[in-house]
Amino acid sequence: MTVLGFFNYWVVIILMMIGLYCVIARGNMIKKIIGLNLFQTSVFILFISAGKVVGGSTPILREGVEVYSNPLPHVLILTAIVVGVAITAVGLALAVRIQEAYGTIEDDHLGDDGEDDGPFEEEQRG
Amino acid sequence: MAIVDLMPFSVLAPLIASGVVALLPGRFWPWAITLLAAIVATVIAALTLPAALESTLSYPFGNWPPPIGIEYRVDAANAFVALLVAGMAALSLPWAKVSIDREVPERQGAFYALFLLALAGLLGITLTGDAFNVFVFLEISSLATYALIAHGRDRRALLASFRYLIMGTIGATFLLIGIALLYMMTGTLNMADLAVRLPEVQHTRTVDAALAFIVVGMGLKLAMLPLHLWLPNAYAYAPNFVTIFLAGTATKVALYVMVRFIFTVFGGEYSFTVLPLAIVLMALGVAGMFAGSWVAMFQDHLKRMLAYSSVAQVGYMVLGVSLFSAAGLTAAFLHMFNHALIKVALFMAVGTIMYRIGSIKLQDIRGLGRQMPWTLTAFALAGLSIIGVPTTAGFISKWYLILAAAEAGHWWLVGLIVITSMMAVYYIWRVIEAAWMQERPAGSPAVREAPLALLAPTWLMVALNFYFGIDTRLTVGASTAAAEALLGVGGLMP
Repeated sequence: MTVLGFFNYWVVIILMMIGLYCVIARGNMIKKIIGLNLFQTSVFILFISAGKVVGGSTPILREGVEVYSNPLPHVLILTAIVVGVAITAVGLALAVRIQEAYGTIEDDHLGDDGEDDGPFEEEQRG
Repeated sequence: MAIVDLMPFSVLAPLIASGVVALLPGRFWPWAITLLAAIVATVIAALTLPAALESTLSYPFGNWPPPIGIEYRVDAANAFVALLVAGMAALSLPWAKVSIDREVPERQGAFYALFLLALAGLLGITLTGDAFNVFVFLEISSLATYALIAHGRDRRALLASFRYLIMGTIGATFLLIGIALLYMMTGTLNMADLAVRLPEVQHTRTVDAALAFIVVGMGLKLAMLPLHLWLPNAYAYAPNFVTIFLAGTATKVALYVMVRFIFTVFGGEYSFTVLPLAIVLMALGVAGMFAGSWVAMFQDHLKRMLAYSSVAQVGYMVLGVSLFSAAGLTAAFLHMFNHALIKVALFMAVGTIMYRIGSIKLQDIRGLGRQMPWTLTAFALAGLSIIGVPTTAGFISKWYLILAAAEAGHWWLVGLIVITSMMAVYYIWRVIEAAWMQERPAGSPAVREAPLALLAPTWLMVALNFYFGIDTRLTVGASTAAAEALLGVGGLMP
């Protein structure tokens, strides 16, 4: 019971760890963004599952229903999802620009640039 | 109109203006409207500060009374940080015009709109009294910041921005986890309400975990060692104006959020017993001071050097927080303010050099002192401030930090602060030595002094460094009030 009763948290933790591992271990920037998405989604599930009231119905006012689930987490997470989409969009846009500028989006191939490669790289602005 | 009703407009003015600016064509009007919005925000923040010093201001949005509705809750601590953020934006924008015309020649409307979004986000974080609102504003400012950094002309700006995006998002999501755990335990998101309800559920594992997540998450945004890896490249390759603004504001706001949660929401007593914050923050602060200064000593790229120096300065602030005393927090807030003045002045001087010669490598500025005397003198004077020479702002904050360390009985910290200041002498001296003592390499083109549009704001910042080094009524008074508000003497508590 105690293990299964917390199954939502197990899902959250497993998803979170997969996401974090993906962000850290993968060199490909698209995979990093996918990992970041997984990581964020796990937190959304954590937040939303906290709003469930046992035996509660959907939070719509109607006859014969006394117990409602908590609607607030849904509203908050709707905002957080929008934020997540925006981050994904900016991340992907940057990945496209990096592909244009470097010809690769593998982080391993892009040396950690302590050295300068020329004073100013005049690159084309798209 | 009462000041309470006016207060939200320091966030709303940049937010509304960003929508307008995004649509404006050309090069003049986007900048002018941006400057106007920043000045409006600064004036409102300046009016809010004296009122907030007297009593805590609360503005409920849509007249929903808190804790049901969202409120802006402003005491001495936020009012001070808000004034700092808005003021730095207004002071750095006059510098931006010429520099941005060179670095971001096209679509300036979009650029300034992003800047205004970042500014509105940072101000929103400081003013709001709602924990979830902090997360949303944090992401607004962060997203705008990633895009701003990517505007750098060097292609490495893109990489720096991407890495900052990954780390920044993880940090912000950690904050969200912390807020989620707090909400589960208390059913509220209002910070003042959280502070009231948390003692009932204290010392549950959930609340402990919430504190840990929030401290680590904000540690990432704050660039506290060892979570600082995003900072040097982001500062080094962003457009100069963006670097100036970020160095003056972003890490300070993150530190503010961290101390707000540690002291107001969780209560300092609780935070410092559950987590070994006194030891951890002190160790990380000192490590940051040393590692940052050490790496800065060997950087040839001046913006990277100043960026690592920023990591070191964050260390001083974290050290002040770790002392868990009114004196320590006062020193942290004081250094927050003074470091913003110092770094903005230094980055302005370096940006001015870059404007003229297109490079800021140490070997390229040899002998430049005679050709750009005003710029290099400004750099040297601001350098005195970061070293902490008396009569400069940097001296004041280091002095208060030393007093706080001594009051806590940690005399050895005084020694460490002096040693890291000596390291600052070295890395500032390298620049001065190269610029004034060495000959200009043969065959390099003659360089004229920088235009007045860049020099005047730079010298204004240098003058402010000396002004606040002598007249400390505003800074010390507000910092002390901020520390008292956070420790609950003046009271955010209802």
